[in-house]
Amino acid sequence: MSYRIGIDVGGTHTDAVLLDEKYQVISETKTPTTADVSTGIYKAMREVIGKSGVPREKIRYAMLGTTHCTNAIVERKRLNKVAVIRIGAPATLAVKPLVGVPDDLRSHLEKYVYIVRGGHEFDGREIAPLDVEHLYRIANEIKGKVDSVAITSVFSPVSKDHELKAAEIIREVLGSGVAISLSHEIGSIGLLERENATILNAAVVNVAKTAAEGFINALKAEGINAKVFFGQNDGTLMNVEYAIKYPILTISCGPTNSIRGASYLAQLSNALVVDVGGTTTDIGVLIHSFPRESSLAVEIGGVRTNFRMPDLVSIGLGGGTIIRIHQDGSFTIGPDSVGYKLPEKGMVFGGDTLTATDVVVALGKAKIGDPQKVAHLDKELLNRIYHQMVEMVEEAIDKMKTSADPVPVILVGGGSVLLPDKLKGASKVIRPDHFGVANAIGAAIAQVSGQVERVFALDELGREKTLELAKKMAIDEAIKAGANPETIEIVDMEDVPLAYLPGNAARVRVKAAGVLSAS
Amino acid sequence: MRLLGKQEIEDIAVGAALLGTGGGGDPYVGKLMALQAIEEFGPIPLLSVDEVPEDALVVSSGMMGAPTVLVEKVPSGHEAKVAFQTLEKYLEKKVFATFPIEAGGVNSMLPLALAAQLGLPVVDVDGMGRAFPELQMVTFYLDGISATPMVIADEKGNVTLLNTIDNLWAERIARSATVQKGGSVMFAIYPMTGKNLKESGIHNILRLEEEIGRSIRLAKENNRDPIEEILQLTNGFELFRGKVVDVNRKTETGFARGTAKIEGLEKYKGETLELRFQNEHLLAKTEDRLLCVTPDLIAVLDSETGLPITTEGLRYGARTVVIGIPCNPKWRTPKGIETCGPAYFGYDVEYTPVEELVKKGATMK
Repeated sequence: MSYRIGIDVGGTHTDAVLLDEKYQVISETKTPTTADVSTGIYKAMREVIGKSGVPREKIRYAMLGTTHCTNAIVERKRLNKVAVIRIGAPATLAVKPLVGVPDDLRSHLEKYVYIVRGGHEFDGREIAPLDVEHLYRIANEIKGKVDSVAITSVFSPVSKDHELKAAEIIREVLGSGVAISLSHEIGSIGLLERENATILNAAVVNVAKTAAEGFINALKAEGINAKVFFGQNDGTLMNVEYAIKYPILTISCGPTNSIRGASYLAQLSNALVVDVGGTTTDIGVLIHSFPRESSLAVEIGGVRTNFRMPDLVSIGLGGGTIIRIHQDGSFTIGPDSVGYKLPEKGMVFGGDTLTATDVVVALGKAKIGDPQKVAHLDKELLNRIYHQMVEMVEEAIDKMKTSADPVPVILVGGGSVLLPDKLKGASKVIRPDHFGVANAIGAAIAQVSGQVERVFALDELGREKTLELAKKMAIDEAIKAGANPETIEIVDMEDVPLAYLPGNAARVRVKAAGVLSAS
Repeated sequence: MRLLGKQEIEDIAVGAALLGTGGGGDPYVGKLMALQAIEEFGPIPLLSVDEVPEDALVVSSGMMGAPTVLVEKVPSGHEAKVAFQTLEKYLEKKVFATFPIEAGGVNSMLPLALAAQLGLPVVDVDGMGRAFPELQMVTFYLDGISATPMVIADEKGNVTLLNTIDNLWAERIARSATVQKGGSVMFAIYPMTGKNLKESGIHNILRLEEEIGRSIRLAKENNRDPIEEILQLTNGFELFRGKVVDVNRKTETGFARGTAKIEGLEKYKGETLELRFQNEHLLAKTEDRLLCVTPDLIAVLDSETGLPITTEGLRYGARTVVIGIPCNPKWRTPKGIETCGPAYFGYDVEYTPVEELVKKGATMK
C-alpha cells in the first residue's frame, strides 16, 4: 500500500488529508493559515502524518495547492527583477507593455521593457523578420541586472518560433541562471492579457522556487521522500520543475480543488458545489467532473489576464460572518467576518461577537461550542436572520445555474453547517463525509493534463482531421506532464470560428487529462 | 474646446458600452490606446461641432477586420498617421479634425487615441448615435455622403486608397485587402466638410457618453441607484426589470443572432420579456406588446451597478433592467427606417417610436 498527502491553503485555514491508493481518507486536519503561508503548510503536513500512523516511507506523493504566488502579486512583495520583451514591432506600439497595470505594480516591473521587431500574422506569416541583433543588445544590457525574463511574441499561439529563438539568445548571453517565461506556454490569443500573465509569471518565479524547496525540505525532515506536485487553476497537477517554470498557473487553484474534491466525495460529475468557508461562500459549477470556467477576463492583483478561472460567485457569508442587530430590530449580515478568530470571538465560544455560527447554534441547527451562551437571544429575530442567510445562498445558486431545472447541490467547507438540507433550486442537497477538507482531497486526487490552444485553418485538413490533430497534441502534452497514457481522456474541447477571416480559421482548444503515472 | 484626460476616457468607455446596446465589440484595446496616447502626448482636445469651420476637411477613423486579430496584433499607432497623410495628399487639403463613426465598441475609442497621436482634435459627433453592424448604417449615408475616398493602412506601412462607385464596393474591396494585410487595419473614411458633418452627424455624443459613464461611476462610489440618472441623461424609459431565464444564440452569416427571455421581477412579476439581438439588441417585447425596436436603442443594464451587459454577457440568472432610448430623429425618416429599421433585420413589426409604445402600454394598464 502507498499513500499520498494533499494540502490546500485557504484564506482562513490550511487543510491537509492523507489518502491511501484507493483514495480512502486515512487522516485529516485543519490549521490556521499563517502570514508566511509555509509555516501553516508544514504544521498541517506534520499533523496529518502524525494522526495517520502510516509508515513514512510509504508516502509516495505530496500535492500542494498554495497561495504563495497569489499573495506575492497582491502584496507586491518578494517579486523577481524582471525584463519584459515583446516581439511584434512595427505592430503593437500603440499599447506598450504594462499600460493598464496598476501603478504600484507597474513601478516594480517596468525598469527593463523592450519591443523588438518580429512576430507573426494570424495565418503564420511573419509580420517582420525577428530582429536578432536587437535581442543581443538587450541581452547584454540586462545581463546581471535581472533574474527573470518575460518574452511575448504576437500570435505566438499560432507560431512560437520567435519566442523560442529569443529565449535561445537570452540564455546564451545571460547563462542558465536566468528564468525565462514564454507566453505561448502560458496564455491564449489576446496579446495584452497573455503578456500580463507572462510578466506576472516571471515576477513570481523565485517565490515559487522558495515555496517548493521549502516544502520538499520539510517533507525530507519528516523522513518522507515523496514526489511533489503543485495544483493548478484547471484542477490538474504539475510537477515541481514545471511549477517553478510556470508558477502563475498555481493561481486560484483553491476553489478548483474544492470543486474537484466535492465531485469525488459525492461521486457526482455534474452538480453545483457550495463551499462555505470562514468568510465567504463560493459557488461553482461542476461539469464532467471539472469546474466550469469563466468566459470573462480574470484580474490578478488588478492585472487583466486571459486565464481561465473557475466560474465562481462569491458572497460574504461564512462561519465567522458578523451579524449586527440594530435598535429598530433591523439587522445586517456581514460582509465582514471574524475569520480564523471565530474560536475566540464567536459567542458560543465565549466571545462577544454575534456570528453566523452563533445564529445556527442558537436555533438548534448545529452543535458547536456552548449553546447556553446564545440561549438568551430572540429566536424570532434569529429566524429572520437565518432565512436571509439561506436566501443569499439560494439567490447565488440561481445565478450560477444555466437553466431553471433543479440540480444536485454538494455542500462542502467547514462553514457548510450553516446551511439546511433543502435549498431552493436544488434537486437534492448532499453533504459528503469529510466535507470540511474537500479542498485538500481535491488537491490529493488531481490528475495531470495537457492542453493545446491555437488558431487552425480548417480548410487545410478539414474540421475532423484538425480536431484529431489537436487532440493528439493535447494528449502528448499530458504524457509529457506525467499522465499515464492508458488513462488519458479528452476532458474539454472547443472550436470557435473566427469572424472575418479566410480559410475557415478557428480557434481550437483541447484539454486532455489522466491519472498520474505510477513510475 | 475642452481637454479629455484619463478619467474622461474611462467614463466615455462605459457610456460607449451602454450606447453600444449590447454590441460594438470590446473597447478595451481602444481604451488602452487612448490612455497611452494621453500619457505620451497629453490630453485630447475635443471640439463641439460648432467650432469646426464649414469648409474644413474632417475624416472619421477607426479599425476594420477581425476583432480577434485586433486584440492580438495591436496597432502600431502609425497606421492612422499614414492613412491621413495619404488622404490629405489625394484631396490636396489638410485634415482639420477626426471623429468616431459609431458611438459603441472599439471604434468609439480609436479616434480618441489616433487624434492624440496625430495632434488633431476630435469632434464631438458620430454617424450613428449608437452601434450598428454595417458600414452604410450611418447618418452620412442617409444624406448621400460617400464613404470614399477612403484609406486603409496596416502597421507595416502598406496603404490602400479606394475610390469606389458606391459604399458596397468600398466594403467589398476593403475587406479582401484587410485579409492580405493580416486581418485588421486602420481606416480613414467618410471625408467631408465641416458643414456636412454639422448637418449629417449626431451631435454631442461623446459628452453624453462621458456623462453616462460618470453617473454610473459616482452612483457606485456613493451607493446610489444609477438607473434613474441614466434615464434622465438619455431621455430614456425603463421598459422592464427581471432575471434572464433563457438565452438562445446561433451564429448566422457572421452575426451573433439570438433571443433572450427575461422573467419579470418587482412590478413586472408575471410578465416575460423577449429580447432579440443580432450583434446589438434590436427588439424587446412581452407576450402581448412591443416595447422598443430598432433604430431606437435597447440597453440591458445590470440592476445593481447600472453597467451595460453585452449580448455575449447575457447569462441565465443575471438581474437586469432593460431601458429604451429614443434614437436620433435622422433615423426616424423613411430612409432611416429602411436602412436599419425592423424590416431590414428581418423582424415582422412596424417601427413605432419607443415613447409612443410606452404611452400605449401605460393606457393599456
